[in-house]
Parts: sequence; structure tokens; C-alpha cells
Amino acid sequence: MSTLDIRNLSVNYAGNNGQNTLALSNVNLSMAPGDFVVALGASGCGKTTLLSCIAGFMQPSEGEILLDGHAVHGPGAERGVVFQKHALMPWLNVVENVEFGLRMRGVGKAERHAIAMEKLRLVQLEKYARYPIYQISGGMQQRAGVARALASDPAVMLMDEPLGALDALTRAHIQDLIVNLWWQTKKMFFFITHSVEEALFLATDLIVMTPSPGRIAHRFKLEFSRQFIDCQDSRAVKSSPAFIEMRERVLALIHDAPGDDDGH
Amino acid sequence: MATETQRTPAAVKTVSGYSIPGEGSSVLISVVTVVALLLLWWVATHFGWIKDLFLPTPERIAGAFVSAMKGDIQGGKALPEHFMWSMIRVFSAFLLAVATAVPIGVAMGVSRAMRGVFDPPIEFYRPLPPLAYLPLIVIWFGIDETAKIILIYLACFAPLAMAARAGVKSVTIEQINAAYSMGASKWQVIWHVIVPAALPEILTGMRIAIGFGWTTLVAAEMVAATEGLGQMVLNASNFLRTDIVIMGIIVIGVVAYLFDLLMRRIEQWLVPWKGRV
Repeated sequence: MSTLDIRNLSVNYAGNNGQNTLALSNVNLSMAPGDFVVALGASGCGKTTLLSCIAGFMQPSEGEILLDGHAVHGPGAERGVVFQKHALMPWLNVVENVEFGLRMRGVGKAERHAIAMEKLRLVQLEKYARYPIYQISGGMQQRAGVARALASDPAVMLMDEPLGALDALTRAHIQDLIVNLWWQTKKMFFFITHSVEEALFLATDLIVMTPSPGRIAHRFKLEFSRQFIDCQDSRAVKSSPAFIEMRERVLALIHDAPGDDDGH
Repeated sequence: MATETQRTPAAVKTVSGYSIPGEGSSVLISVVTVVALLLLWWVATHFGWIKDLFLPTPERIAGAFVSAMKGDIQGGKALPEHFMWSMIRVFSAFLLAVATAVPIGVAMGVSRAMRGVFDPPIEFYRPLPPLAYLPLIVIWFGIDETAKIILIYLACFAPLAMAARAGVKSVTIEQINAAYSMGASKWQVIWHVIVPAALPEILTGMRIAIGFGWTTLVAAEMVAATEGLGQMVLNASNFLRTDIVIMGIIVIGVVAYLFDLLMRRIEQWLVPWKGRV
């Protein structure tokens, strides 16, 4: 089984006015299979920088990221990424998008199609396999993005605000779907959001990040996603007293944190 | 309290939704405009408002077309022969330009070194009128087909290369990162992500480039050509045969328009997602 270890990670962006920005300062995080880590924080807290480092899109200034003990250098298929938007390829239809990574790695036509259809079933999109990307809704596009990331059978799923651009109803529906996926696949999930409710609902491990410099300020172990697995009723979970109490607690933490409203 | 009776769609008058200024089909208006222009032409020539030398009647143009089809004009060559030679010149130059300018434009888009190398020469010659460097092309390549095709080729090359280079910018960083994190190599990203993303702009560039090709055709056929639509028009103007001049212009215009319609069809077929993502 895979593990992900982030050790003493710092990222210092060079500013063009000679002033550097410490986007991440000495971040440590360990993940094991079945961990659903949600990074919660306001803009500029470094959560996207952290995801970019894990994905291999950028090199950290200091520290290292170990996947099964091996240092991460550059992007790779063992780390699947779901983006907020604009990441699907409109010249391919839904199933061709899901097949893309397998095709690039030389998997045969019949085999990759079978794998892609299986992943589309997981996100309840198999009926739309032949649809062009521009003819399906935003929610379906994000589900296709999830299926595409799953197709490579990655050890860890990295999700960068995948539901941020969706309406509230679609968002709640896909949250349920993601929790069930996580439970079925037992993969590691690293999920970014700035919605407190979404974070509490999904996470087994919640990290609250604060800006200037970007760092993990608070960590919580949560059980709400497991409660959902048992009852399959997200409204019941989200309206339970324990959930509401936790939500207020986290909201207070975020509001009391030193502000960074100008986004720098 | 008011009672709410349900209305059927047929019983309620329709209104149009929000629209952008200028939305809706303009085909009917265009047809009316063309018919009005033709009518004006007919009236102006038949009532002697304009001398026949400057603008012959529509019937004379049709007559010129018929006699040109039979080869009954100066030079003795039939219109299909002129037409064929011009097509060979324009399309061989255009295809050659597509085959070279698109790879170079994409390379300029993805590589700093390639951009550094190709940017100065292309940006230098691009605004030059082809007639300005035509004499140089003739000195270098002689007066046969090579010079003609090179002149049209150069006219097509720059807009195509610019379009391909700009098209590379259409790819999103998310698409590139997604491809890398699914295990794609750099070359696979270029071929399977960047090139398809650039395709809408490349096709627009092709439409612009073929337009430059048509405009350069007459210039190319000014030098030592005995056949070709441009040559036919130039030759007719020497004999003040305005009817043949106008007929030749119409033939070039119609062919160019038909080709553009074909390109638009190809666009709809190849890049149906254009403007929808």
C-alpha cells in the first residue's frame, strides 16, 4: 500500500519587485491509503501551491515529497489530478478523454476502452460516453475529469477545487459521489476547497491553512464522511449538531486568522 | 386573491430572449443587396449613365464569359486553361505554405529558441507588399513557375505561421498539466494537446492565407505568363476589353468565395467545439 510523505516543504516565489513570497513554510504532512486530506483556507494560503508540488507541476524551494519512499520529480501517472475547469480536451469525446492517459502510455484500444467505461460507470457517466465535452453540463464535465484521473489507477487523487464552479445542488451530489468513490477505491485523496461545509463533509484529515507565510495552522481528524458511508444521507450528516458545532469552530478559526484580503 | 389559471403555450404571444446586438441571420438582407446592386448595374449601363468602356452591360460580361470558355479572346487560350493554371499555382503554393508554416508556427509557440530565430525574418517581410519583392524573386528564381509559386507561397506563409503561433496560446495550462499527470511525454503533449488546441486558429489562418494567395495571384502572373486568370485580366486590360477584365475578376471572386465556404464547412467538421468551451 502506498504512502505519501511531505517533509519540511517550503516554496519561495521570486517576486518581480525583488520581494519574495513565502507561499509555503515548512509544511509536513503524511498520508496513508484511505486518508482523505482536505486543505481548507482563504486565497493565498498556499493550498494550490501545495497541490502543485505534490502533482510535480512545480519544484519546492526546500523539503521533499516522498511517494512510497521515492522522491517526487515532475508529474506522473501515479498522482491523478482533477482541476477546477478548462482541463478536458474538447476535441475528444467523454470516453476518449478518459482513455487519454492510457493511450499515451500505449495501452491497447480494447483494454483502455474497457477501463475507461468502468471508470465512467463509477461516476455515473457511462450513458454520456460518446458525448462531446461541450454538450455536457459543468457537473458532468467534472465527473468526467474524476473518471479520467481514476483511469490511470493513481495512488493518490489530487483535487484542486473541483467543485468550486458548480451550483450548490450539483456540488452536493458530486460530494456524495466522491465520498463513495473514496470508500470504494481506498485511495489517498488530497482535496482543496474554500468551502468549510465541503471540507468537513469530505475529510478524514482536515488541515486548515493560513497565509503569509502559507502554513498548516490546524489539523482535525473527522468522521463525517464515514457517517455518510453508513447512512448515505448527506443532509442528515450536514445538519447533525456535531457537524454544525465543528463548522462554527472552523469558521471562527478562519475568521480569526490574520487576514489576507488583497490576495497577496 | 387572484386565481391562477394555467395558459397553454399557443395562447400566449411569444417574445424573443436576450440577444447580442447584430444577432440573427443576415442571408435575406445580403440577397436583397446583391440583387439591388445587379439591378443598379443593369439600369446604369442600359440608360447610358456610364460609358461602355468603363462598365459594360451584364449581358456583355456573360457574353465575354461564353467566348472566353471557347478560347475566343486575346491569347487564344480558353478560360478553363487559364483557370486550371491559376488553381495549380495558388493551391500548390498554399499547400506548401500549410506544410511548412504550421509546423514552424507551432514550434515558435512552444520553443523560445525557435521563436527567437523565426520572429525577425517573418516580422520583417510580412508587411512588405509582394509586388515590392517580386523583382528580387524574379532575379533569384527566374521567370518560370518557381518564381510565381514562391511569391504566392510567401504571401500565404506569414499569416499561417502567425496563426499557428497564436493558436498555441489557446491551450490551457490545465490541459497541459493534466496530460503530464496522465503520463504523457513532452512530444505527446505537443502533438496530442497543443496542436489540436491550436487547430481552430490554424484553420482561421488558412482562410486568411488563401485570401492573400488570391490577392497575390495577379502579381505573380504579371511576369512572363501566357496563361492564368491574372494574366488573362492583365492582357485584356491592354486591349481595353473591360468586359473580360470584369469577367475575370468575377471568376476569381466567386472561386475564392466558394473555397471560403468550403473552409467554413471543414471548420465545422474538424473543430465543432470552436467558441463553445
